Amino acid sequence: MLKQCEGSHAVAEAVALCRPEVICAYPISPQTHIVEGLGEMCKSGELHDCEFINVESEFAAMSVAIGSSATGARTYTATASQGLLFMVEAVYNASGLGLPIVMTVANRAIGAPINIWNDHSDSLSQRDCGWIQLFAETNQEALDLHIQAFKLAEELSLPVMVCMDGFILTHAYERVDMPTQAQVDAFLPPYEPRQVLDPAEPVSIGAMVGPEAFMEVRYLAHAKQMQALERIPQLAEEFKAVFGRDIGGLTHTYRGEGAETMVVAMGSVLGTIKDVVDEMRDAGHKIGVLGITSFRPFPLDAVGAALKNCKRFVVLEKSLAVGIGGIVATNVRMAVTGMGLKGYTVVAGLGGRAITKKSLYGLFEKAGRSELAPLTFLDLDWEVVNRQLERERQTRRSGPAAESMLRDLGTVASKIA
Amino acid sequence: MDKPFAITLNPGSSLANHTGSWRTSRPVYVDRLPPCNAACPAGENIQGWLFHAESGDYEKAWRVLVENNPMPAIMGRVCYHPCETGCNRQHLDDAVGINSVERFLGDEAIKRGWKFDKPGRSSGKRVLVVGAGPSGLSAAYHLARLGHAVEIHEAGPLAGGMMRFGIPKYRLPREVLDAEVGRILELGVVLRLDTKVDNIAESMKAGKFDAAFLAVGAHIGKRAYIPAGDATKIIDAVSVLRSMEGEEKPLLGRRVVIYGGGNTAIDVARTAKRLGASESIIVYRRTREKMPAHDFEVEEALQEGVMMKWLSTIKQAGEGNITIEKMVLDDKGFPQSTGEFETLEADSVVLALGQDVDLSLLEGVPGLEINDGVVQVGDNMMTGSDGIFAGGDMVPSERTVTVGVGHGKKASYHIDAWLRGETYVAPPKAEIAGFERLNTWYYSEAPHTMRPMLNIIRRQSTFDEVLGGLDETNAQFEARRCLSCGNCFECDNCYGVCPDNAVIKLGPGKRFEFNYDYCKGCGMCVAECPCGAIKTVEEEI
Amino acid sequence: MPLQPVKFYQTGTFTVGNRLLAPEERSVQANMQRTNSLNSGHRACQGCGEALGARYAIDAAMNASNRQLIAANATGCLEVFSTPYPETSWQIPWIHSLFGNTAAVATGIAAAIKIKKQKGQGGDVRVVAQGGDGGTTDIGFGCLSGMFERNDDVLYICYDNGGYMNTGVQRSSATPAAARTATTMPLGPEPGNPFGQGKFVPAIAMAHEIPYVATATVADLRDLEHKITKAMGMRGARYIHILVPCPLGWGTASQDTIHLARLAKETGIFPVFGAEYGELKTALAIRRQLPVEDYLRPQKRFAHLFGKSPAVATIARIQALADKNIRKYGLLDREGSR
Ligand SMILES: Cc1ncc(C[n+]2csc(CCOP(=O)(O)OP(=O)(O)O)c2C)c(N)n1
Ligand code: SF4
Ligand SMILES: [Mg+2]
Repeated sequence: MLKQCEGSHAVAEAVALCRPEVICAYPISPQTHIVEGLGEMCKSGELHDCEFINVESEFAAMSVAIGSSATGARTYTATASQGLLFMVEAVYNASGLGLPIVMTVANRAIGAPINIWNDHSDSLSQRDCGWIQLFAETNQEALDLHIQAFKLAEELSLPVMVCMDGFILTHAYERVDMPTQAQVDAFLPPYEPRQVLDPAEPVSIGAMVGPEAFMEVRYLAHAKQMQALERIPQLAEEFKAVFGRDIGGLTHTYRGEGAETMVVAMGSVLGTIKDVVDEMRDAGHKIGVLGITSFRPFPLDAVGAALKNCKRFVVLEKSLAVGIGGIVATNVRMAVTGMGLKGYTVVAGLGGRAITKKSLYGLFEKAGRSELAPLTFLDLDWEVVNRQLERERQTRRSGPAAESMLRDLGTVASKIA
Repeated sequence: MDKPFAITLNPGSSLANHTGSWRTSRPVYVDRLPPCNAACPAGENIQGWLFHAESGDYEKAWRVLVENNPMPAIMGRVCYHPCETGCNRQHLDDAVGINSVERFLGDEAIKRGWKFDKPGRSSGKRVLVVGAGPSGLSAAYHLARLGHAVEIHEAGPLAGGMMRFGIPKYRLPREVLDAEVGRILELGVVLRLDTKVDNIAESMKAGKFDAAFLAVGAHIGKRAYIPAGDATKIIDAVSVLRSMEGEEKPLLGRRVVIYGGGNTAIDVARTAKRLGASESIIVYRRTREKMPAHDFEVEEALQEGVMMKWLSTIKQAGEGNITIEKMVLDDKGFPQSTGEFETLEADSVVLALGQDVDLSLLEGVPGLEINDGVVQVGDNMMTGSDGIFAGGDMVPSERTVTVGVGHGKKASYHIDAWLRGETYVAPPKAEIAGFERLNTWYYSEAPHTMRPMLNIIRRQSTFDEVLGGLDETNAQFEARRCLSCGNCFECDNCYGVCPDNAVIKLGPGKRFEFNYDYCKGCGMCVAECPCGAIKTVEEEI
Repeated sequence: MPLQPVKFYQTGTFTVGNRLLAPEERSVQANMQRTNSLNSGHRACQGCGEALGARYAIDAAMNASNRQLIAANATGCLEVFSTPYPETSWQIPWIHSLFGNTAAVATGIAAAIKIKKQKGQGGDVRVVAQGGDGGTTDIGFGCLSGMFERNDDVLYICYDNGGYMNTGVQRSSATPAAARTATTMPLGPEPGNPFGQGKFVPAIAMAHEIPYVATATVADLRDLEHKITKAMGMRGARYIHILVPCPLGWGTASQDTIHLARLAKETGIFPVFGAEYGELKTALAIRRQLPVEDYLRPQKRFAHLFGKSPAVATIARIQALADKNIRKYGLLDREGSR
């Protein structure tokens, strides 16, 4: 059924269609609308046989999820940014214990300075936590990926994070095709746990494992992600068979035919990039796009195959590995090892900084000319940065950098949420 | 379940880890000797029979009791219960009323007609027991149970010895005595009354006895020289008490003076009161504290109106009065004359100064040794003459009914062995379960039960039994006050307190076992065993 | 429903069992069929009070729940000594997630059970959460308070051994005043753990007005079992805080574990009570009152208070703490106790 709605609402409805049994959440922008929606549905009875728990922290949210999932309940939670970081210990634990929890991360920057706007720093900080991470480009994709996520998680006994850009997707009203309950039921069987806390068959879950077996345990976690690599494309096929939509999979190539320059990105920015690429193709540039849906497991082969025929690639990412550069870029580079390609890392849109078509156009043109620096910070205000660096060189007590810079920009009074 | 590797484990898997290897010392169950048992002259397994009384199995309790002492109803009345003096519970509140439970069991047995188990195979040996007092009866009982043919020759007209002729009725009703003697005779013991043995060797020969146990007691009242006029009636305590059993009660008059400080003096004084004396006065040369009589008996006598003259000796007995001299104790505690005199009115003077043994039956027996008027016996209770054993008041010992019973038992074991040409070796005594071995936290507060007392009017005028018995509930209460010193009473503490589940509970009556595969040797069971029935033994490493 | 003292004059309810008691009057631990939820082969130190307390508590909970029980366990000694790969000592469905999230994990388990039951896919399974004092009063306190506040259907059991024992005896907020730990050494002007710090979580739990809060020790098994049973008979958030002496951390002899717990109670330094909906209901009366010195002296963690020149003033301050407990919880008041 087609409907015009907010991204958060679409996700909430999709999650509800998956018949979750326990939902626990703690509010943080921009995740709030999702869990508010689910809370309302539980309260009204629209979503029945589901326990909605208002927990006291994200750490508790993930912990409650661990408990309920281990007891065989289909479990969902959502968070973002600081919240994800607050639950980190439990995030690792959930995957370590192999619990198929599904969590939406409404991607948002991480402070300090505190910032509620979108980038991918939160999810990407958890790239090694053992969860599967799927990135949605559109609200439709966000909605559909949740349905796939439950199936994937439960089949593999691994938690899945569905990442969608905060505000840009969560708060955007778009038209989506909302599946019917029957469709979802046809696709997603009831949860059959691999291990469960059950008095009829008691087990001890969460043993302490020493050097004699720890490596094997970790390898098995990796092996599971490798299985996911195979399973994700199949699931996309199965999904298509039921819902008729081409959603999910590991990667998506756009206008890659004959491309000399490939732009690699994740999430909603792909939409903007595709618009720019369309314009540039019209202008004769041999440029294409590679969207990565599955960041974990990272599809080395698929990325390599998508890039093998280009000359250069630009990884545009909303994250920064401070002290080295890109996060996604590093992963992409590994996929093209030995291919002799030129690779550029572009850090863009941090903390909600707008990524404009104009900037992208210029950026890609420059890349096409192989004039791009290996690491670029898109639309960085060098004047501000340099002034601050200078100030710090001169005065020991230069004060808080962010505030100083805002003062330089004359926007000290602007809202800081 | 297809469980995740290493992180998820199956129950029961830790049993593979034998933590017993950590141990440097191990707990071991023991049975220590309870102090009551250790103190009992008759060698009763007191804790053992209380154990059954605690559960209300009085017959079992009685059967365990009579393995050592065939006369619980009597003991429960006349024994001075050194067991209670030794009882660990006195350090908590009051000693367990062992004696009162014993009496309850004895009375219960009489009431319900419980019989002794019949003796096993006959040995074909004949044993002569001389004297039907506590020691002789006890020996007869044990010898009969050991399969020997026993004949008792008693000089008196009735069995019981001092229990009949020395202890007043108000302390030991005669039906009780008769019942318990009768039950011994039912084992096939032959009792010949009015059969005085004048010469032991002859009697043994005549009756073809293989061995003899002599227990004739000490029935001759000691005399003291008191200058006296003809009119004054001076009699000895033994005669007074003996004549109480006959048709004619002794005539003591209205004012009776009893000379002496032992239990017999008290018995006579109280008897005199009951016979109608208006004044019954005990004259004793030392103080109350020094008096050999038991304090509770002195107390009861005082309650009944018996009067006491401490620190006094009788100098002279005149017509209707006596002269007494005041004494003082010197620094060694001996009474010394003061030269101060006093006159007391007295219709009769009863001498209660102790008793001597009539040893005439031993004349001419070779090898016998007699010292201080008593027959010397070895550790095996045998006199210097082969096959002749002796016990009770006629051998050197404390003269109590219970000691006599103990002698009878001990002698029987030796006689039995001797008859087989063997030597009896008593099983080694376990270490005593002293108070320090107990963890008394676990026992409930439970003050001891008072036995009912006859009202004072009837105590002064009748020979009804003074001290009542316990009924079932309070007998059981009293039994359950037992701390079970040194012997497991299945409180489940060890089973509960082991952090390693290394104690196996074997089920009711079967106690517990250690599972040394898992016992780490922490010692908690030892520390928390209420009764000290577990000890620690170092492991050899 | 106060604990009925057994009218039996030999050992009353003091011993674990007694051959003469009617089976229904015996403790769970006296039962040959007890579950031994924490089985042999665990690696707790000799005489570990926590191992003992855990078996006492969980066996009682198993008994009360008809063996329909799931446990969540915090990181700490109990977890480490019970489940080192490849061996677990737990006989019940059990999960260890983290150090500080146990109450929340239990909330999740309870939520799952509720829904499964509602859907007719599961029975009435009950949940306990358990952890050490560190995992409860410190790092797990946020989750604990959240679970309380939501009145989730969880019985949380804290095994208080007064410190972070598993990591080598560091101070926790349950470490008693003056005690030596690896992070409160007996040095400087105020040796050992400072006075005026720390928190008593049972009182904080009471402030949440949850259905049931109780304290217990491994020395009073019957009281402990009664409280677990009572708690299991109720719904909503329940909290039981059990004092479990630790031979290693306290510097005490392994056989003295129960004895020390008893001294803690008998001196009043550890009040044993029960409370419902924030109101104090019962206190286990002191039976044979003792000065705190008797409790402190056998413990090496208090050794600096004794020796050549005893710290009389410090001991008096500890006595004052005990006296305050006695007043506050009516520990000498025999009426209405038990
Ligand atoms: C987040 C986190 N911080 C610290 C630790 C280290 N740690 C493990 S157990 C423990 C101490 C446990 O103390 P407590 O909860 O009192 O239990 P005990 O070992 O004393 O029984 C600590 C500090 C950890 N595992 N996780
Ligand atoms: S350190 Fe203490 S709590 Fe930990 S296992 Fe040892 S005794 Fe038990
Ligand atoms: Mg601790």
